[in-house]
Amino acid sequence: MTRYPPPADAPPANIDDEVLAQIALSQDEYELASERLGRAPSDVELGMIGALWSEHCGYKHSRPLFHHFPTEDERILTTLGEENAGAISIGGGWVAVMKIESHNHPSAIEPYEGAATGVGGIVRDIFAMGAQPIALLDSLRFGPLEDRRNRRLCTGVVAGIGGYGNCLGIPTVGGELLIGESYSGNPLVNAMCLGIAPQGSLISATAGPPGTLLMIVGADTGRDGLHGATFASVELDEASAERRPAVQVGNPFLEKSLMDACVGLVRDHRDWLEGLQDCGAAGITSSTVEMAERAGSGLRIQTQNVPRRESGMTPYEVMLSESQERMIAAVKPEHVGDVEAWFEHWDLHAEVIGEVTDDGIARVFDGEDEVAAAPVSVMTNPPAYTPYAERDSDAAARAAGDPSELDDLKPTEANEALLQLLASPNIASKRWVYRQYDHMVGTNTVVTPGSDAAVLRVRGLKQGLAVCTDGPGRAVELDPYVGAARAVAEAARNVACSGARPVAVTDCLNFANPERAPIYFQLSESIRGMADACRAFNTPVVSGNASLYNESEDGPVTPTPVVGMLGIISDVRQAVRMAFRDEGDEVWLLGAGLNQEAASLGGSEYLAVRHGKSAGPVAIDLKAETALIEVLVEASEAGLLKSAHDCSDGGLAVALAESAIAGEVGVSIDRPVSGRLNAALFGEAGGRAVVSLDPSQAERLAELASKNGLPATRIGTVASDRLSIAAIELPLTEAAETWTSALPSLLDG
Amino acid sequence: MRFAVLVFPGTWSDWDCVYALEDQGQTAERVWHREADLDGFDGVILPGGFSYGDHLRCGAIARFSPVMSALERFAATGKPVFGSCNGFQILCEAGLLPGVLLRNETLQFRCQPQELTVERADTGFTNVCDDGQVVQLPISHGEGQYFAEPSVLDELEDAGRVLFRYRGQNPNGSLRDIAGIMNPMGNVLGMMPHPERASDELLGGTDGNYIWRSIIEHWG
Repeated sequence: MTRYPPPADAPPANIDDEVLAQIALSQDEYELASERLGRAPSDVELGMIGALWSEHCGYKHSRPLFHHFPTEDERILTTLGEENAGAISIGGGWVAVMKIESHNHPSAIEPYEGAATGVGGIVRDIFAMGAQPIALLDSLRFGPLEDRRNRRLCTGVVAGIGGYGNCLGIPTVGGELLIGESYSGNPLVNAMCLGIAPQGSLISATAGPPGTLLMIVGADTGRDGLHGATFASVELDEASAERRPAVQVGNPFLEKSLMDACVGLVRDHRDWLEGLQDCGAAGITSSTVEMAERAGSGLRIQTQNVPRRESGMTPYEVMLSESQERMIAAVKPEHVGDVEAWFEHWDLHAEVIGEVTDDGIARVFDGEDEVAAAPVSVMTNPPAYTPYAERDSDAAARAAGDPSELDDLKPTEANEALLQLLASPNIASKRWVYRQYDHMVGTNTVVTPGSDAAVLRVRGLKQGLAVCTDGPGRAVELDPYVGAARAVAEAARNVACSGARPVAVTDCLNFANPERAPIYFQLSESIRGMADACRAFNTPVVSGNASLYNESEDGPVTPTPVVGMLGIISDVRQAVRMAFRDEGDEVWLLGAGLNQEAASLGGSEYLAVRHGKSAGPVAIDLKAETALIEVLVEASEAGLLKSAHDCSDGGLAVALAESAIAGEVGVSIDRPVSGRLNAALFGEAGGRAVVSLDPSQAERLAELASKNGLPATRIGTVASDRLSIAAIELPLTEAAETWTSALPSLLDG
Repeated sequence: MRFAVLVFPGTWSDWDCVYALEDQGQTAERVWHREADLDGFDGVILPGGFSYGDHLRCGAIARFSPVMSALERFAATGKPVFGSCNGFQILCEAGLLPGVLLRNETLQFRCQPQELTVERADTGFTNVCDDGQVVQLPISHGEGQYFAEPSVLDELEDAGRVLFRYRGQNPNGSLRDIAGIMNPMGNVLGMMPHPERASDELLGGTDGNYIWRSIIEHWG
């Protein structure tokens, strides 16, 4: 029998750079770990520390910035970063639980399984808290779809999300799909899950008091996903394809049983458990060590008790495997038999693999041999970094560009410009995507994909939930602070257009290598911008994920903070959709008026599509944005609105066209446009929404807007079968055909 | 009526069916696949999902569950058995209905509202409809392409056992646009669409209630 650790005075062993590269620790970090341990770490300890100190698990570069976020109000039931997901009281004795997470690198090299296991991971985060997952959303970014490689990634990712999510019986109700050059080698795949639970029934991811037994349940442990957390924390390069073994293979059927068993266990027998945790990145290592940290305890793991699907696995491999569909339950010793029997009902095997101790040390055994014995506090306290930040000069120069220097759109080109924008994959109908997702299972999806936000009911509750994701990368690149604030504002507008008051945010920070000054500038400024916007909307950040090192040989990705927003509708039967409904209804523009300065084209889809430019100033007026939210929510609650749709990508003309296409009825704008035509039609000034209403309600809407200090302009009527918007004059069917067929013709071709 | 809603590992429309039946004033209980008898129930529902993860073939493993022998005995008594989506696939695998469901012609999953024509209104499952009535029910499946030998299809048609056909664009390549079929006794119906998802005005449609109300009218 060998004993670990070796004597404390032993000098740190010489460590091979290759070993460190495999776990993505720097030489300095290795020395820091050795210093804190008072000796060189063993192989298993080094692997565990490497995983827990990886950017993916340890948030080394983002953690020091999180203090900017507002994280509390009377609704919020969890502390940011303390649990698997954030919990929000939604009234009526119910709690919503939500989180968003990235699976970018796995999806880059194995799109189907990468995306599928991304869904699996985020769902486990929700049911690890004892909540029933009720909705999934996916925020996706790919390079141009004209490129075969990007098409393969896109179709593979969509199939993977459907393949996994559809099998679970959780509806995929929303998300985004945006295309940009920079995502060519490094697509972004962010999955968000929303769950619900009765108030007071959630369970914590803690290990409980000494003597508590740790049981693993679900899949057997294999060698798949080894070093996945590490892989997520380095840039992609040509050797990345060799990392394919770091991508896990999903088994959604197993996850479905595991979910039903865990949700039922927490609901019916919460008293058998001290805590529940999923095995995500860094597998058994992170799940058990983080549980012990929360309990302020130590633990002992016997690797030989871990059920395996491969023979000859070393303790190192067992501890770091990222095999999917596994959970760790902290079980009161007297209920181990009960828990075993409970899982047996679902043909699931639960096995005791360790216990909680009182010495604060994480000890790992391989039979009699102790192969790791390191303080939990060392493992869970990675160094934190604040690199030098400096704005990228190219982005700054482009942001200083003046769109008024470009020729205005000629009236004769207006039809063509609208059709061009409607055909842009960033604006075109996403039906090609969402019809591959079961978005109705559970019979709670009140507003299905295609509107500004999805709306879900909670059976038996008057209130409804609205959810969406938003992440306008181009604006963030031009001005990270403003762009990230705009991401929050757009998400808030989207739920408010459904009639919901925004209440909480989960965020996924997708950035490149933060060790470089321009990237750290993007990251730190984005967080500041998001934080200020969240404060303005009273939407605390309850959970999230940072995905850094998103770059390939083609360069860094556009900085892409993605905001997942939850809103509450006071009466779900009053949910508002984006579709125009009845001819004769008045069309109003809420927020800044019809005529816009050229500056509103900064960072717009119009500049990208018509001029091939990502340039110009981007701005945000948080006061105007919050006034708009207030008016949308109050107007919906008063039952004034027949439709609402925010003006974002493509500006007013695209918003009008989308509402018309969705409603299969035309629109006629009779208010004259003066000044620049391109800005009036396609400018992306924030804080605006298009609503339609019965003429009898117009006066009340105008009063409501005036009370909130928000400009509101009647601009036209819902009418006929044509789009008549200033110089635009098109049959609705032509616009609809263009908008509907763009993605299928790119992806099915 | 008192309905059993069968639950296999991987089934996911069980609660949706329970709620839809309860909304019609009926009693519905989820019955785990290991149960060996269905005594005391007036009707059985096989809901949608991915029983056993669709391993081997959709429904191929579920047919060996203990509850399936009980289901065969139950069906022989003439009481109503209704399978939707994966439930239809299981009924075919178990031989209670002819044919098989293949992967959609597009090779993609399809979730969308779908128009259907009611081929016959004089059956236990359609008696509150009119002949040729058009109804809208959601579909949600990756393997819904109905296939059977031509002689079997002819027999189904001749005996009036095709109850529902897809209208407009056929979403999965099913032969003769078949969306739902019945057994010769007229008490077992299998269909790919999901009536339980069109049973509530809040969710945008109630055409699914035609099926529940017909069953209750005929057998209740």
